[in-house]
Amino acid sequence: MSKRIALVGMPNTGKSTLFNRLTGAGARVGNWPGLTVELLSAKLLLGDSMVELVDLPGLHNLHGFSEDERVARHFIETQPVNGLLVLLNATQLERQLALVLQLKALGLPMLLALNMADEAASRGIRIQIETLSEQLGLPICLVSAKHGQGVPELRQALTTWLRDNPNPVTAQARVLREDDDIEHNVDSLLARTVHVPPVLSASRTDRLDRILLHPWLGLPLFLLIMLLVFQIVYGLGTPLQDGLGWLLDELKTGWIAPAISGLPAWAISFLLEGLYDGIGTVMTFLPIIVVFFMAMAVVEDSGYLARAAFLMDALMSRMGLDGRAFVLQLMGFGCNVPAMMGARVIRSRAQRILTMMTIPFSLCSARLQVFLFFTTAVFSPLAAPWVLFSLYVISFAITFLTAWIWRGRARHNIDPLLMELPPYRLPTLSVLARQSLRESGHFLRQAGGFIILGVALVWFLTHFPLDAAPASPATLAGRLAGWMAPIFSPLGIDQLLSIALLFGFVAKEVVIGALAVIYGAGGDELSGILNQRLDWVQAYSFMLFTLVYTPCLSTLATLRRETGGSRYMWASLVWSLGVAWMISFVFYQTARALQ
Amino acid sequence: MTHLCSLSTVPAGRCCVIARIDADADLTARMRALGLQLGRRVHVMRRSPFKGPIQVRSGQTDIIIRRSDAGLIQVRPCDPGGDTAVFKESECA
Ligand SMILES: Nc1nc2c(ncn2[C@@H]2O[C@H](COP(=O)(O)OP(=O)(O)OP(=O)(O)O)[C@@H](O)[C@H]2O)c(=O)[nH]1
Ligand SMILES: [Mg+2]
Repeated sequence: MSKRIALVGMPNTGKSTLFNRLTGAGARVGNWPGLTVELLSAKLLLGDSMVELVDLPGLHNLHGFSEDERVARHFIETQPVNGLLVLLNATQLERQLALVLQLKALGLPMLLALNMADEAASRGIRIQIETLSEQLGLPICLVSAKHGQGVPELRQALTTWLRDNPNPVTAQARVLREDDDIEHNVDSLLARTVHVPPVLSASRTDRLDRILLHPWLGLPLFLLIMLLVFQIVYGLGTPLQDGLGWLLDELKTGWIAPAISGLPAWAISFLLEGLYDGIGTVMTFLPIIVVFFMAMAVVEDSGYLARAAFLMDALMSRMGLDGRAFVLQLMGFGCNVPAMMGARVIRSRAQRILTMMTIPFSLCSARLQVFLFFTTAVFSPLAAPWVLFSLYVISFAITFLTAWIWRGRARHNIDPLLMELPPYRLPTLSVLARQSLRESGHFLRQAGGFIILGVALVWFLTHFPLDAAPASPATLAGRLAGWMAPIFSPLGIDQLLSIALLFGFVAKEVVIGALAVIYGAGGDELSGILNQRLDWVQAYSFMLFTLVYTPCLSTLATLRRETGGSRYMWASLVWSLGVAWMISFVFYQTARALQ
Repeated sequence: MTHLCSLSTVPAGRCCVIARIDADADLTARMRALGLQLGRRVHVMRRSPFKGPIQVRSGQTDIIIRRSDAGLIQVRPCDPGGDTAVFKESECA
C-alpha cells in the first residue's frame, strides 16, 4: 500500500528546504512567505518502505484562506495520509504552536519538527523538548533543515512513527475548537517549556535594516542594489558568453563543416545555418542564465524581497496594487510564470487579477537574452549596460501605467497587507547550485525542444522555395513579412526582424535563434550584421516592441488557468500588443523627427 | 473610560499592548497567526514614509502591516500602571 506524509506549517518555516533535504528534490526555496503555492511531491525511503512526501504551501491557520492556503487546506482535508509532518519555526513558537493545536482537531497522526535550530541556538532560545512532547502528546524533533543537523534523527523518528501508523487516513470532519481556549493552552505550555532570553542588543538584522529600510535612503539603496546585482551578472556573464561563442565557432569551422561537406547544399545550409547557428547562438546565453539565476537566488534567499515590499507599498497602493505585487514583479525577472502563480497569496480577487495583468511586463530572462544581444551588437560597450537598465525602468513604468489604467475595482477591494518580515539569511552553496542547475536544465530542455522546432521552421520559411535567395521577398518568410510591413514599417522594424518577432510569440528565447537563421549567421557574425543594418533608433524601437508586445504562450496559459477563463488572457494579449505598438511608434517617429 | 490609541499612530520606538481589534473574523485570525492578538506586547520598529506600512515586532516575529490595517488595532502603552495605563490625549496624533 502506498504511504504518504504531508509537510504542513506556516509560510517560510522551511518546509521546502526540509522537503529537498529529505527527498533530494529541487523545490524552490526562498526567504519570502508564500514562495510555494502548489503541491509538490517526491519519494523518500524510510526504513524499508517507499513513502510519498508532499510539500504544501504555507498555512496560517485553518480559518480564512487565500488561494495558496486553500490548496494546502483542501489537500489536508480530503486526501488520505499516514500523517502530517508539522514544521514550525523554533524561534517563533509563541505564535506557531497554535497551528499545531488547530491541526490536532483533524484527528490525523502528527509528528512535530522544530526547524531553524541554528537560529534558535544563536538567539539563546532553549526548548524543553521532552516536556513539550509529553504535554502535546506528539513526537518532536529539533532540526535545521538548512544545515542538516537533527535530520538523521528525524528520519529515524519518521520511520518509527510510520510503523505505528501504517494505514492512510482522511481527516475527520473538523470540530473547531474555541481559539481563545487554544491561546490559553499555548501560553501556559510556552511558559513551561520555552525559555527566551530578554533581548539585549540589536541583532545583525536590526542593524542592517536601520540602513536598508531607512526612511530616505531605503529607496535609493534599493535602486543601487539592483544596479549592482545587474552589473555583476553583466560583468561575469558576458565574458563567459564570448568564450562559449568562440568555442562554438571553432567547433563549427574546424570540425562540423568539414565532416558534413559531402552532403547536398540545402542539407548543409539546414544543418549549419539553420540548426547549428540557431541553437548555438541561443546556447551562448547559458552562462549568463546560470549567473543570473544565482544572483536571483541570493536575492530571494536574503530576505530583501520582503523589505522591497515594505519600501514600495506606499507607491504601489496608489495603483490598486501592494508591495507584494512589486516583489512578484522582481521575481518575474527570472520567469513570468512562477511570478504569476505567486499572486495566489493575494486574497482579493480583483487585486490579484490586476497583479497578474501587470506581470507579463516584467523583463524576464528570455527577453534579457534578446536585449543583451542587441545592446552589445549596436551600442558601445560603455552605453550598453545603461541601455539595458533603461529597459528595466521602462518595464516598471509600463507596469505602473497598466495598473493605473486597469485598477478599477481593485481600488475599492483592497486586500489587507500583513506579512512576516523574516530575518536576513544567507543562501548555502548547495541551494545556489541547485537553483542554477534547475534553471540551466530548464533552459537546455527548451533549447533541445521547441527552440529546435522553431529554428527548423524559420529555416524552412526563409529557404522555401529552394531556388530563391534565402530570406528574399520570394521566400515564404519574405511574403509573410511583406504582408506585415504596413504594421511594422512605422516602427522602424524591418521585414526580416518582424519574422523573428512572429516566432517570439511562442517564447522569446526563439527570437535570437530565429535571427541567426534569417541572416544565415550566428554569434559574432550576426552581431556584425545587426550593427551594419540597424542604427540605434531602429534597434531600440525593436527592443521596446519586444519588451512589451505579448506575453509568451506559457505565460498566457498560466494567466488563463489562474483566472479560470480566457477573458483576461485575451485582454492581456490585446492590451500588450496595443501598448507595444504605440510605444515603439511614438519612440521611433519622435526620434526620427528629432534627428 | 480609558483612552486608547490606534496602532497606526504610535511613533516608532514605542512599546504598546494590544487592547482591542476591530477587524473582521478573517483578518483577526490572520493577525493572530502572525502574533497580533489581544494582550500581546508589540514594539513599533519603524514607519515608512509617504504613509507606507509600519513594522512592528511581536515576540520573535517582525511584521509589516499597512497603516490602514494597523488602524483597526487599538493599543495602550506598555509600562507604567500596567493594565490601567492610558495614552495621553496628545500622544495619539
Ligand atoms: N537559518 C535557517 N534557515 C532556514 C532553515 N530552514 C530553512 N531556512 C530558510 O528559511 C527560508 C524559507 O525556507 P523555505 O523552505 O522556502 O520555506 P517554506 O516553508 O517552504 O516557505 P513557503 O513555501 O513560503 O511556505 C529560506 O531562506 C531558507 O533558506 C534552517 O534550518 N535554518
Ligand atoms: Mg515552500
